[in-house]
Amino acid sequence: MNSIKTTVHQVEAICHGTVIDHIPVGQGLKILKNLQLLESKTRITVGFNLPSKIMQLKDLIKIESRLFAKKEADKLAIFAPNATINLIQHYKIMQKDKMKLPDSIEGLFACPNLNCITHDEAIVSKFKLLQQKENTALTCIYCERRFLQNMLKMI
Amino acid sequence: MFSNIQNQLFNNHILSLSQFDRMMLEDLIQAILYMKTHGMPNALSGKVIGSCFMEPSTRTRLSFDVAIKRLGGHVIGFDNNENTSSRKGESLSDMMCVISSYVDAIILRHPKEGSAYLASQLSSVPIINAGDGSNQHPTQTVLDLFSIYESQNTLDGLTILCVGDLKYGRTVHSLIHALSYFKVQFIFVAPEGLQLPQYLIEDLDHNHIAYEVYSHLEKAIPQADIIYMTRIQQERLDDTEYQYLVTPYLLKKAMLKKAKSNMKILHPLPRLNEIELAIDHTPFAYYFQQATNGMYARMALLTLLLNKQAHWGTLT
Ligand SMILES: [Zn+2]
Repeated sequence: MNSIKTTVHQVEAICHGTVIDHIPVGQGLKILKNLQLLESKTRITVGFNLPSKIMQLKDLIKIESRLFAKKEADKLAIFAPNATINLIQHYKIMQKDKMKLPDSIEGLFACPNLNCITHDEAIVSKFKLLQQKENTALTCIYCERRFLQNMLKMI
Repeated sequence: MFSNIQNQLFNNHILSLSQFDRMMLEDLIQAILYMKTHGMPNALSGKVIGSCFMEPSTRTRLSFDVAIKRLGGHVIGFDNNENTSSRKGESLSDMMCVISSYVDAIILRHPKEGSAYLASQLSSVPIINAGDGSNQHPTQTVLDLFSIYESQNTLDGLTILCVGDLKYGRTVHSLIHALSYFKVQFIFVAPEGLQLPQYLIEDLDHNHIAYEVYSHLEKAIPQADIIYMTRIQQERLDDTEYQYLVTPYLLKKAMLKKAKSNMKILHPLPRLNEIELAIDHTPFAYYFQQATNGMYARMALLTLLLNKQAHWGTLT
């Protein structure tokens, strides 16, 4: 718990909301983009390249006034499989969860295979996920091609 | 005897080889064998099959048409996209919804990968994937597997030599996948730049399947039980490149002197010049029997899709 407290103080503490911690460096921005909160009035505090005992360097995101549902959090696991989600109420961590990679993900990425039918028809992309050591492999359920996460572009 | 496959294939789709396991493939081989020896003239009587070829493939279409007719069924459809509404911009999704309301099963050939899976999500009747872009062509794989079994009387303990375009060759990728359920070993011989993709090598390692890569075709032949030849698409290379790169990978009769007596040569056909004509009359040639097996394989698959209880008789 000590390390968490130190971390939380690296950027301004929040009263009520969600802290996504231990995000691999560089993935923080992708998560932000995916959260689609940037245009909304939600107050977000972001830390990139913060020192971390476990990871040396990490990214961190704090979202004020919003508690993430487990499912919502797991969707982000593709960018940060080992990140932790802390739900904060009255400046205290009420719940702490490790992100869990879901079995599949819909509508988030476009299939990199240009000859995939998903580009021609009005359908939502869907990938099966498989954690492989450092990387996550995604298999398009339509064209069956397998890609590494860093090869995919968000829609 | 076919209880397993019947339960799983009846009213289902045939989209990809990944839906089969070893037991299903073994059952399927027995069903094809039955079709070949006994036939089943009424298996599709009263059934209408939609044959939707959105890109031309004469051989595959004919093979399905004949299979349906030999089972007593009717075929409707089209064999290219000239006259269909896709030119007017109708989506595959709409087309599948409409056609599936007319027929008992749909055979779909389409240039885009994933089209068969999409169709299966929308169709109220079974979809048979007859090739979706460079992805899958499961009935071809089943007939290849059957031809190997038929010619060797087993699928275990064989050495399979794969030659030619191993990078883009869809048939060879699916066959490697299918054979990985059995105790086989592979030898790969391919021109530079057309070697087996890394992800397939990783799959082989993952499944503990032994393989070797040879650069010299003739040296690999004496070990092979099966030589699986593939077409090298000439349009991928210019003329000089083709001559230089491809010539060492064309199979000549003179190379077969040290071949095993049980060795058989397969090719998905049509061939260009990968197999010298002089080989056709040797006991090694098996590609025409393989093409005939395509009809029996499709007969067996169609029967299983549309009959919960087919009267297979008894086989040993
Ligand atoms: Zn795809």
